Amino acid sequence: MKEKKTDFVLQHEIHEESLATAHRIKIKDDINTDYIISGRYKFSTTDPKELAKYVFNDIEPDFYKRVKPGDFLIAGENFGSGSSREQAPLALKTLGLRAVIAKSFARIFYRNAFNLGLLLLECNTNYIDDGDKIKYVPDRNVIYNQSKGINIDIKPIPYLMKRIIEDGGVIEHLQKHGGFRLEI
Amino acid sequence: MGKTLAEKILGAHAGREVRAGDIVICNVDFCFGQDGTSSLIMESFKKLGANVFDKNKFAMVIDHSSPSPSIGVSTIHKTMRDFANEKEVKLFDVGEGVCHQLIPERGYVTCGDLVLGADSHTCTYGALNVLSTGVGSTDLAITVASGKNWFKVPESIKVVVSGKLPVASYSKDIILYIIGKMGAKAATYKSVEFTGSGIKDLTVDARFTISNMAVEMGAKFGVMEPDPKVVKWVKTHSIRQPSPVFPDSDAVYADVKEFDVSKLPPQVAKPHAVDNVASVEELGNVKIDQGVIGTCTNGRLEDLDVAAKILKNKKIHRKVKLIIAPASKGIFLEAVKRGLIETFVEAGATVVGPGCGPCVGTHNGILADAENAISTANRNFKGRMGNPNANIYLASPATVAASCLTGKISDPREHKKRLGRK
Repeated sequence: MKEKKTDFVLQHEIHEESLATAHRIKIKDDINTDYIISGRYKFSTTDPKELAKYVFNDIEPDFYKRVKPGDFLIAGENFGSGSSREQAPLALKTLGLRAVIAKSFARIFYRNAFNLGLLLLECNTNYIDDGDKIKYVPDRNVIYNQSKGINIDIKPIPYLMKRIIEDGGVIEHLQKHGGFRLEI
Repeated sequence: MGKTLAEKILGAHAGREVRAGDIVICNVDFCFGQDGTSSLIMESFKKLGANVFDKNKFAMVIDHSSPSPSIGVSTIHKTMRDFANEKEVKLFDVGEGVCHQLIPERGYVTCGDLVLGADSHTCTYGALNVLSTGVGSTDLAITVASGKNWFKVPESIKVVVSGKLPVASYSKDIILYIIGKMGAKAATYKSVEFTGSGIKDLTVDARFTISNMAVEMGAKFGVMEPDPKVVKWVKTHSIRQPSPVFPDSDAVYADVKEFDVSKLPPQVAKPHAVDNVASVEELGNVKIDQGVIGTCTNGRLEDLDVAAKILKNKKIHRKVKLIIAPASKGIFLEAVKRGLIETFVEAGATVVGPGCGPCVGTHNGILADAENAISTANRNFKGRMGNPNANIYLASPATVAASCLTGKISDPREHKKRLGRK
């Protein structure tokens, strides 16, 4: 994956208030769903708001207090590996994250997140540090990192996944189209 | 250009030719959920407002937290029972066993099937030439409602295992070794095809252990070609007609890896990652507080049998708790008949009901701070067994049993005479 320093997203195009905070956690790669939401909490409650308080509880307690709606979570390779628990993307979505940005995602987590309407973006996250102010610019397919003054290319999202996100999740997608929309 | 197992089986279920990279809609032969995922399945299913597509092709299993340790879990279990009654679908209740043992054992799957489960270790049935994979609850609900789902046809990695295992090494050691060499993300988005003389030499039960852990290197499928042992196994367990599928000799693979296991020593995955693997002799002095034998990885009859051979007429170390959870009611009963359960109880072990046991950290043996466990399970993530301040080591049933006798991680080759030639 490459990054570039093009200038097409100009500073003046970006409203300061549209920037959001990037949150990294200390473990870079292979953050599994047990770490996102431990098995002992997924059984103790079915209330997403309650679950969200336990996000990363075993590795970084109180993570939820750092996050404001619209913020981004930044990770390395293989984010969301391990168990199929949908409580993992559900709890992250409930925190109000705009998207999770990682170098790559584990496949079950990838499907689950899109199904619930949680956006996942793949790019070289070495160029995003904790606390950076960033913005996702969909029509340019980049992450604009104001703190570093760079744009980072995003791997294109498959058509079906794009439609699922636009429709607000897979159930909404199926209800709207009566089936999966695989192509335009 | 030839096709891989994934391309052939997905193509057969999509009703057209498919290649790696295609996104297709497939018919699914069987699907299920467990008690950790079913509440969200039922919720999503209700939102879809549909009927169950086929009452014989969906089941739910209470295994992860069974019997219930809390009011919250009991509520989930009750909701599952009510749903199963109302929709007239099969529910495996408390005491039946682990989903990944029950579903093949009770004949729901056979060669050539495409199966989805709301549990990441659904790849276990790959050993039976079944293309099976884990999905989340909403994906599963869609399949319960329609009998279908969308699939991206994955690229495949061929893993060729050759050689006959030495005494005291098992299929668990093979898969830990492979994951250690390849890494936790080696097969993300990909299908792994296990093949070679080292696989053919194994019993079907031993092969389940290998397919079970394919997801620990990120794989979507951990599938094997069928042989007479597999066909006999599925015919013994299922009335359904198997449709064996073989990969083409000129199939295109993203990668081919070869492993010779003829001198493989027992392997151990160290905390807190499954790919953090070493040979047992490299570990040094690691004291253990708890042993676990069971789970969807190693709770089968031959696993219990190996452990019993080591524990027979012996006592576990006075500072060690050993928890044994047979993978199903059928296995439990057979272990009683063969005297294995008596051996375990005499040795000082605690035998718990069929199910996931302490693997998921909700019940049946949660660890204290700074405690070390050695388990036959498939995951050793921090906190997995209920306490983020404890450490989990993964190994074969033989290594776990040998370690419980000494109170430290120990080489099962010390019991070679008892284990004999397999």
